[in-house]
Amino acid sequence: MKGFLAVYLREILIIWHRLPRMLLSFSVSPTLYLVAFGFGLGKDLQVGGRPYLEFLIPGLVAASSMTQGFGINVEINVARFYLKVFEEFQAAPISNLAYVLGEILSGVTRALLSVSVILLITSLAGVSFSFGPAFWTGVILNAFIFAALGVTSAMVIRSHADQALVTNFIITPMAFLGGTFFPIENMPSAVQVVLKALPLTHAARLIRQAAYGEGLRWDSLAILLILAACGLFLAYRSVDRARD
Amino acid sequence: MDAVRVENLVKRYGKIEALRGISFRIAPGELFAFLGPNGAGKTTTIRILCGLTRPTAGRAFFYEVDVFKRPVEAKKMAGLVPQTINLDLELTVAENLFIHGLLFGLSREEISRRARALLDFAELSDRKDHKVRTLSGGMRRRLLIIRALLHEPRILFLDEPTVGLDPHIRRRLWGLIKRIQQQGTTIFLTTHYIEEAEFLADRVAFIDQGRLIIEGTPQALMARLGEFAVDVVRESGLETKYFPNREEAEKFALALAEQAETVTIRRVNLEDAFVYFTGRKV
Repeated sequence: MKGFLAVYLREILIIWHRLPRMLLSFSVSPTLYLVAFGFGLGKDLQVGGRPYLEFLIPGLVAASSMTQGFGINVEINVARFYLKVFEEFQAAPISNLAYVLGEILSGVTRALLSVSVILLITSLAGVSFSFGPAFWTGVILNAFIFAALGVTSAMVIRSHADQALVTNFIITPMAFLGGTFFPIENMPSAVQVVLKALPLTHAARLIRQAAYGEGLRWDSLAILLILAACGLFLAYRSVDRARD
Repeated sequence: MDAVRVENLVKRYGKIEALRGISFRIAPGELFAFLGPNGAGKTTTIRILCGLTRPTAGRAFFYEVDVFKRPVEAKKMAGLVPQTINLDLELTVAENLFIHGLLFGLSREEISRRARALLDFAELSDRKDHKVRTLSGGMRRRLLIIRALLHEPRILFLDEPTVGLDPHIRRRLWGLIKRIQQQGTTIFLTTHYIEEAEFLADRVAFIDQGRLIIEGTPQALMARLGEFAVDVVRESGLETKYFPNREEAEKFALALAEQAETVTIRRVNLEDAFVYFTGRKV
């Protein structure tokens, strides 16, 4: 338990020391997306009978919780390849599970911070949503899945440069295609099949439906829970691979 | 009971054999040093014993606890001071110590009490709330050492603890290491500085190309060669001969004085022993 707490607390202290810079950085992307896609495309644009801004914001929340959750891989890479702090964890009498849970939870914390910044900024746009337990369940699960994948990729890669490849080829395309900026139902049916297999698609659906106050989307919740369990397992198994 | 017992430790990276069946023992309270050139296998041995690298074969025990079968229990007994400074530069000195204490299962009160004493010990108390990035190289090294001591390990692993430091700071660290040993901690040190091993170690093992060549006290290893050495500089290079006493060394030197460019008589040192037994310079 203390091992898990130590790993998590280290990340929280780093966040605390960087908080002003971090919050500022979290606010850049959502502001740009809101200006470009929300206001730039016009308030009259409708998607599924709602203003586009109402469609866009839950998508931004899903995309941001994914990228910030996955972003823990950067911290782990710096700790592993540059600061070598990862060796301190390896030499400590803690289990792989404690390490993995500490890192994943810090990814979830970063995601919650970034989502809070988005919601604060978008509240200025005069759009109101329902922020009940279903909404936060979607955010946390999405962040958990991608933080677990972030830990896995950070453990498996052999250099910092390899990490950029994972982000460029997997995370960035998913951020655009996972039902964040447009309804995937507009895509050709063959493409839809692929897009429906993406975890972000289900997270965006769950978060959007909850934000609209239309209750919990059980099918997406079930899929996300399964993916979270798989992610945790992968992350757990990957830690030993980091030992050469 | 040995503090450390290592049996036939082997590590292969593909076709490269970093360790070729190393065995040794360290007694409780002893300061044992691995002396060897870069790439000899010193760091690999420490990394394996501290759980950072998987061994290919072999066994290791800390006070009869199997390091590879019961790693959590073994790690509780070990403190590691790695060659590369692996402190969190963005965190303060106190925060670095606090995280380490939590990793080793200490309570908040224990961490606070021990950190205070160790910061005094390393003369870093006034830097407690400073970020590590503001510390000098010597201060970071001292912090690295006291961090490894925070959980009161029975065995301390020091991997090239003074590499890259100037002689003044190196000697200050030697004093710190000696004081740690005097408090009863078993120390396993790796170094490629001859004088460091000679000054600090109770027993030294020469390691080269993944093999442990010979081990013994520095005095015993040097005594195997004799007490005095004569360095003879010729056109072909430096040649060293060893003698049991000064009289024989002087007799040899006088006979050669006219043939060689320079003849020097001196006491045998640990470097002589290393070169003699390994056939290589450190």
